[in-house]
Amino acid sequence: MGSWIWWTILGMAIVTYIPRAIPLTFLEGRELPSSIQNILRNIPFAVLGALIFPAIFFIQDNIWFGVIGAAAAFGIALLGANVMIVVLGSIAVLAVYSLFL
Amino acid sequence: MEQRGFSAGLKAGVSIAIGYFPVALTFGLLAKTTGLSLLEATAMSIFVFAGAAQYISLTLITAGVAPAVIILNTFIVNIRHFLMTASLNEKMQPDARWKKALYAFGITDESFSVLAIQKEDNLRTTFAAGVIVISYGSWVVFTALGHLIGANLPEFLQAAMSIALYALFVGLLVPSMRGNRKVVSLAAIAALLNSLFFFTGWLTTGWAILVSTLASAIIIELIASKGGRS
Repeated sequence: MGSWIWWTILGMAIVTYIPRAIPLTFLEGRELPSSIQNILRNIPFAVLGALIFPAIFFIQDNIWFGVIGAAAAFGIALLGANVMIVVLGSIAVLAVYSLFL
Repeated sequence: MEQRGFSAGLKAGVSIAIGYFPVALTFGLLAKTTGLSLLEATAMSIFVFAGAAQYISLTLITAGVAPAVIILNTFIVNIRHFLMTASLNEKMQPDARWKKALYAFGITDESFSVLAIQKEDNLRTTFAAGVIVISYGSWVVFTALGHLIGANLPEFLQAAMSIALYALFVGLLVPSMRGNRKVVSLAAIAALLNSLFFFTGWLTTGWAILVSTLASAIIIELIASKGGRS
């Protein structure tokens, strides 16, 4: 790779940083209208829904990995396990599944 | 209650570090096969720290796409962070702008989710620093390792670990959903809209997540305020 790769990395770094930094620095100390505040407080739960679905089903070419993995993750989480157990447990379930393939 | 600081943040970030492990390892490996040196691949993870955008950039580099287009594409994929950091700003303790500018660099889908889902308000900057340091460390170290060893995990483990980041999101979402119809509705509407965009191909992934999240957050706020509930 030539020097262009370094310019590309620099450009990617800048455009990735901008949307991360502007709200956190620009909004510091500013009181937003309450309706906007409410919408911003809704964002975490909405974004989790969008991050999980539909991508969770397509983690492998074989759709069953996604389906079984999703079922395992939701199942373990609904039992009240903490995040770490949900992550490790889902991996374990899929590891066992792929050994039977 | 004593507000939690750096070490509590590290602990809260361990599940992210585990989830990044296979993704970063594979990125390092793919970067090598794409032709990036160890230094170039690791530098990308050090300076960009954005999984999806980094993966896409490899595909574009292979296709011989112009750097300007790669950079523009990176911006579009990551524009959703604008929404996340605006939301996170409501959650964090007020602090000096330079500190916020510093930890802003470490906000990813995963670190945002872990921070935003914490029960307490006015989260400490040091807590965020802990979550970010362990996630970032995992991302950078395993990128380099993937390039160095030039081999992937055994196939069954690789396949199994591809669930990790999604299991993390599920593990964060489900406890908040319990007995809370508002949270369930927020997640369900965003999930449905995002699925609609995915299957119709109306929007690319970066925009789809942004639009479906914002739409869901606004719809639920409109319903809640109309119903007179807080």
